[in-house]
Amino acid sequence: MSLTDRVLGDRQRLAYIASQAADARLNVELETEGMTLNIGPQHPATHGTLRIIARLDGEQVVWAEPSCGYMHRGYEKLAEVRTYPQVTSLVNRIDWLGSFANEVPFILAAEKLMEVEAPPRAQHIRTILFELSRIANVSLFLGDLGVQMGAITPVFFAFRDREYVLNLIEGATGGRFHPNFDRIGGLKDDLPKGWIAETKAVMKKLRNFCDQIEDLLFGNEIFQSRTRGIGVIPRDIALQYGLSGANLRASGVDWDLRRDHPLPMAWNKADWKVWTHPDGDSFARCWVRLQETRESTRIVDQLLDTIPSGPIMAKVPKIIKVPEGEAWVSTENPLGEMGYYVVSRGELGPFRVKIRSASFNNISVAPWALRGVYVPDIITILASLYFILGDIDR
Amino acid sequence: MMSMLAVEVPYWGQSLLRVLGGIVAVLLPAGTIVYVFLFKMMSFMQSRLGPMEAGPYGSLQLVAEVGKWLQKEDIVPERADARIFKMSPIVVLLSTFLLIAVVPFGPDAWFTDFEVGIFYALAVSSLSVLGILMAGWSSANKYSLLGGLRAAGQLIAYELPMVLAVIGVIIQAGTMNLQQIVIAQNSGSMFGFSGLGNPYVITQFVGFVVFMIAIQAELTQAPFDMPIAESELVSGYMTEYSGFRFLIFFIGEFATAGVFSLIASVLFLGGWGVPFAWFGWADVDSVANWMNIVGPIIMITKMMLVAFIIMWVRFSYPRFREDQLQRFAWKVLIPVSLANIALTSIFKVVM
Repeated sequence: MSLTDRVLGDRQRLAYIASQAADARLNVELETEGMTLNIGPQHPATHGTLRIIARLDGEQVVWAEPSCGYMHRGYEKLAEVRTYPQVTSLVNRIDWLGSFANEVPFILAAEKLMEVEAPPRAQHIRTILFELSRIANVSLFLGDLGVQMGAITPVFFAFRDREYVLNLIEGATGGRFHPNFDRIGGLKDDLPKGWIAETKAVMKKLRNFCDQIEDLLFGNEIFQSRTRGIGVIPRDIALQYGLSGANLRASGVDWDLRRDHPLPMAWNKADWKVWTHPDGDSFARCWVRLQETRESTRIVDQLLDTIPSGPIMAKVPKIIKVPEGEAWVSTENPLGEMGYYVVSRGELGPFRVKIRSASFNNISVAPWALRGVYVPDIITILASLYFILGDIDR
Repeated sequence: MMSMLAVEVPYWGQSLLRVLGGIVAVLLPAGTIVYVFLFKMMSFMQSRLGPMEAGPYGSLQLVAEVGKWLQKEDIVPERADARIFKMSPIVVLLSTFLLIAVVPFGPDAWFTDFEVGIFYALAVSSLSVLGILMAGWSSANKYSLLGGLRAAGQLIAYELPMVLAVIGVIIQAGTMNLQQIVIAQNSGSMFGFSGLGNPYVITQFVGFVVFMIAIQAELTQAPFDMPIAESELVSGYMTEYSGFRFLIFFIGEFATAGVFSLIASVLFLGGWGVPFAWFGWADVDSVANWMNIVGPIIMITKMMLVAFIIMWVRFSYPRFREDQLQRFAWKVLIPVSLANIALTSIFKVVM
């Protein structure tokens, strides 16, 4: 028996025991039979191919487990047969809504191994693009939230306003979704002419969008009754399951890598606030993300004013060979903490890359959070935990 | 009316002609107009243009979509209860057809003149529950089953506030005949002022609000679209349907919205009539004949108005959860409508 067989077998046996126990619980009270509902892999609410196995008693969930791996693309393995500059085009596709943010930690890890640092102008532009991809990512989340609860209008506002941000990213990098713009030691190009003024106008639009969503969705009584007190994840549980990003901050943990972790980026040059919420419920997670989008527009605005002049590329050799060593760099990505553990043997490509993606840990709390909720709440809780399939399965 | 054709038509033939007339003259235009109007309206609310390609300004979108659906394969799942599965869309549409039969469109333009018209309308409107439950059960799909059960629970719960809201109107008009209700509104007066007639939307405002909420739930539109709930249950009870049968559900949804809007405008907005005081009409017999032409236009206008409100709410609200929805029906709507009935009765006796 191979290792995978044994692991899978154990997993299935555990699932079977749990379902039997769930049935036994049902049978004590009423002579009813449970029902196993497969939500996914093809389901409109999972925006991707996540499968959630839910054991139901009527409409109530007895236990639920996410089953991932349907979209595994093997980036960790693929990275081993790529050179360092080629890896960015792979990792772009992990969290496909905020692509640029995926490149940054990998490049930072490679730079750390090579002991080069990008010039200040490149750091500034990197941070601006990083925050733009956060805005593009989270603004879609804010609209999608309505769709998950049956309000179809907010998502069109989200798509409309995300388009402005994507146009900016395209203007600067040439790619709307997969910029592949970050280079070891700096950036591919400088900003185009007129980009700064345009970005400022768009940031104003995005703040309007946040107000609009707050009016349309967050202030709605039905939305509040669907999210407040639903899917509460207490502080200690959030820490135990390794949640990160807005999910962790919504549980009252004041933790943000952008502020706490010194990196060669420009976040400390701007004045902004880390928002937390004490409740830990679905509403808190959505609210923290809304506030974060506002803060991101503020960061971008301030950094645009203070872009230093100078080169955008440090002095690096034409053919990049990273010296032997190991490096771990993680950043506060739109979905949470994303980190790369890069092992180099002094060759053209990395020997081993371990990717810590935020969604994988964020979704791991689902079995805990989904116990005892109703079927409609599965969708709202998962939506508020906010995962992206590429980010779960890599 | 039949004498105009100069042929003797037996009673069943007359009924058949009236039903076909109902389908052709009212239901299909109602469904089409409501569909196109609402989709354009929804698009503008969502800052987009909506259908633009089919016909001038996208006005033939429904025709294009019917063509598309007709070309699709009619799939019946292997494990499904095939006969019931095929029957259920027709049952749902049937309730819409039966509903239209009692709606008056003018002093003489009506299909059937029931003495207990509103009672009949409320009775046949609940037939659609049967069709939905059949669809949910026979599809052999867990999502469909959940959707069907949710629909059954919801529609039964919201039938009650709807009936109770209508009772206020019945008490005030003193009749169950829809034609008489229209006449009572248009020939009536509010506190001696007859310039507007007496549209019950003013005197029965609470009843109107409860009725609108209840038909929102009856039509399974957001915020009460738990049975369909496309983000949770894929498409609820119509998950397994494709091609023409899905089309029937789809058209039925909009046609039913149109018909319920018609009934709401008959009950609360004065139906086909204009205030009789404007032209010095005393009762239905003295109403000018041209009202048979103008009446339907007025009705369609009012229908659009009500359908606009229904869809406006639909496009801006998230949906309730099943238990919140039931709580709202039993703890809020029913007490409010009972209080409304009590108040109406007191006013009726006192005044």
